[in-house]
Amino acid sequence: MGELNAFREEARAWVRENAPKSLWGTSGSGPFEGYWGGSKCEETNPDLLRWRDVGIDKQWTAPSWPLEYGGGGLTREQEDIIHIEMKAIGVPRPVAGQGLAMFGPVLLRYGNDEQRARHLPAIVRGEVRWCQGYSEPNAGSDLANLQLKAERDGEEYVLNGQKVWTSHANLSDWIYCLTRTDASAPKKQIGISVIMADLGTPGITVRRIDLISGYSPFCETFFDNVRVPATNLIGKENEGWTIAKAILGHERSSIGRSIANQPGSAQRDVVERARKHLGVGEGPLPDPLLRDEIAQLGMLEEAFHLTLARIQQSAATGTPGPEGSITKIVGSELKQKRFELGMKVAGIQGLGWEGPGFDEDDLQYTRDWLRSRASTIEGGSSEIQKNIVSKRVLGLPEAKK
Amino acid sequence: MSGHRAPVLLLNDEQLMLAKTAHEFVRERAPAARIRTFRDSNDPTGFSRQLWSEMAELGWLGLQIPEDYDGLGLGFFDLCVVLEQSGRELMPEPFISTLLLGTQALILGGTDAQRSEWLTGVATGEKILALGYEEAGAAHSAVEPSTVARPQGDAFDLDGEKIQVLDAHVADAIIVSAATSGPAAETIRSSLFLVNPKQPGVTITRQHRIDGLNAAIVRLEGVRVERTAIVGELDGGGGLLERVLQRAAVGSAAQMLGASEQAFEDTIAYIKEREQFGVPIGSFQALQHRAVSVFTEIALTRSVVLAAARAIDDSPDEVPRLAALANAMASETCLHAAKEGIQMHGGIGVTDEHDMGFYMKRAHAAYMTFGKPSRHRQRWAELHGY
Repeated sequence: MGELNAFREEARAWVRENAPKSLWGTSGSGPFEGYWGGSKCEETNPDLLRWRDVGIDKQWTAPSWPLEYGGGGLTREQEDIIHIEMKAIGVPRPVAGQGLAMFGPVLLRYGNDEQRARHLPAIVRGEVRWCQGYSEPNAGSDLANLQLKAERDGEEYVLNGQKVWTSHANLSDWIYCLTRTDASAPKKQIGISVIMADLGTPGITVRRIDLISGYSPFCETFFDNVRVPATNLIGKENEGWTIAKAILGHERSSIGRSIANQPGSAQRDVVERARKHLGVGEGPLPDPLLRDEIAQLGMLEEAFHLTLARIQQSAATGTPGPEGSITKIVGSELKQKRFELGMKVAGIQGLGWEGPGFDEDDLQYTRDWLRSRASTIEGGSSEIQKNIVSKRVLGLPEAKK
Repeated sequence: MSGHRAPVLLLNDEQLMLAKTAHEFVRERAPAARIRTFRDSNDPTGFSRQLWSEMAELGWLGLQIPEDYDGLGLGFFDLCVVLEQSGRELMPEPFISTLLLGTQALILGGTDAQRSEWLTGVATGEKILALGYEEAGAAHSAVEPSTVARPQGDAFDLDGEKIQVLDAHVADAIIVSAATSGPAAETIRSSLFLVNPKQPGVTITRQHRIDGLNAAIVRLEGVRVERTAIVGELDGGGGLLERVLQRAAVGSAAQMLGASEQAFEDTIAYIKEREQFGVPIGSFQALQHRAVSVFTEIALTRSVVLAAARAIDDSPDEVPRLAALANAMASETCLHAAKEGIQMHGGIGVTDEHDMGFYMKRAHAAYMTFGKPSRHRQRWAELHGY
């Protein structure tokens, strides 16, 4: 404990000394907020770039990755401490995004030395941006039904098919995909392989998708006779489903966690909006039913944060409880409740799409509310999560098919 | 957790051991079916003094009582570990009356003399305490009682009626709240008094409730008490009672957490076994998703109950907020778990023969005690400035 406390002091001092003042208070410091990098990145904020550079020099963009790849060689606890210290002053992580949060851990666990040596340092430095190719038009909740074909041809794989919900594919350099390498396997979970592709490879087309909220980072990615080296296979051929499940588990807990960035913020935010739109200052809000609804939200929010803390504490003792599986369910519902209530208090001022008569905050809030409808769908719908908890945690029997 | 680090929400090794031992003891010695037995046999006590003594010997009744009074001097958190387990089988033993209400009042406000007179006996299981604060009437507020204490020299005469006083029928001492501010006062100020139930002017009438907890009406007619019978400050009873009730709200939440867990586990076991249409009904998604909802609520409730219990020991400023949160959430969760328990058990669930009904009755009773969730949410909103 003493050592960790000493490290906490060190991390706090370093973060406060090095994070540019203009970035303080600008971020929830989540794994997907901040500088994403990559060759198509057009970031010009000099402070953000400076923060990236000092993070890379310190080897704290991926604190728990091995030193040889540019990581910090630290423990997970130390990494958490660094991120907590960044969060404490509201600065983003020096480098963020899919590569660090999702793909890197996959490569560390399932990749070979050559793959790690080639790809990890570029992720650590924010030079290469990654996206993931998971869902397909006919493989959403039933992900194992995926059809993107990867046929072995000599020292190459030939990819044909389509991925959807490939976030930021238009701004990324590389994609890692779940592909079908054996269509005749007896079970659809068998015959899946994880393959990486350079998005610059001929035959790949990316098209952006707008959501009900308007602009979104989501894309569709099409593969038309795309040839990639066979060495782009991660792990063993036809055994990619295990990797896929590990990534999904990771994604779900990180979605839950990302919602948890600022304890108490959902309640504060709704109260502020209520004051603004009802035209009332300090003191009790005039509508007792509204107060009750906000209190329900605030209580759920606090319970959620305490539960995340409890999960984290029990994980630290090496015995993670089954509660981790509910993080995504509760976190996404909390997010929706918050925006629903925030829209309710705004009345007709929340109806603006763009243009005159609506202030920027309200316009953005309305977009965020619309966007929040996706939170119980993306990364595995709440219904799929409930199936998982039901089977794996409660041990309830599977339905007869 | 607004702004600072989360409290420790894990049990240490001793507490884990305590939870395990208590769980086994409760399961083997105190099944919920006892509620039915006590009710049907018109048992005059309504709980087992034998079990109560055994728990005293195990050290559970004195967990939080200071060592000076033969307790173990541990925290409220430790007490909650046992309370949670007692809740699993809806134990009707006097946990709330004696360990939560009476003992907390004495710990928070009692004089040395009062503590040494009563707390040792509580730790050994020999003394039962009660606290009367509920009165009839819709407008009744716990901190502004209609019961009055009229000064008579250095003593007081108590007049009034307290209702549903838990375990008053067997209590060795009853603490009651009474107005001491006089009839002309603009705001009612009250004080807490220790009353000997055997004293002239005290009439105790047993009440029978749906949930198997034992209660009584305590009628006070010209009951003379000395000034030394005041617990806490003269006229300071309102604030003291509020703090006692906050602690009781947290302890009760721990019991509700245990009851929720047991009702849920029994229900899951049942839907795995019960077959209809040739398959276990637990294979139906309509039931699975509802079961996961209850599971989720219980997980959230566990976090808030532990946080509130921890706050009582470590961060007193957080107690009003977290007590409101814990009691509100545990109330909703427990009632939901019990109602779903009945529904998923189907017809057998609504029979008196099955225990699930007792879980719903207790859940409802606990929901209504120490503040309804809507009241706690109102308080929560006030504490957060809206």
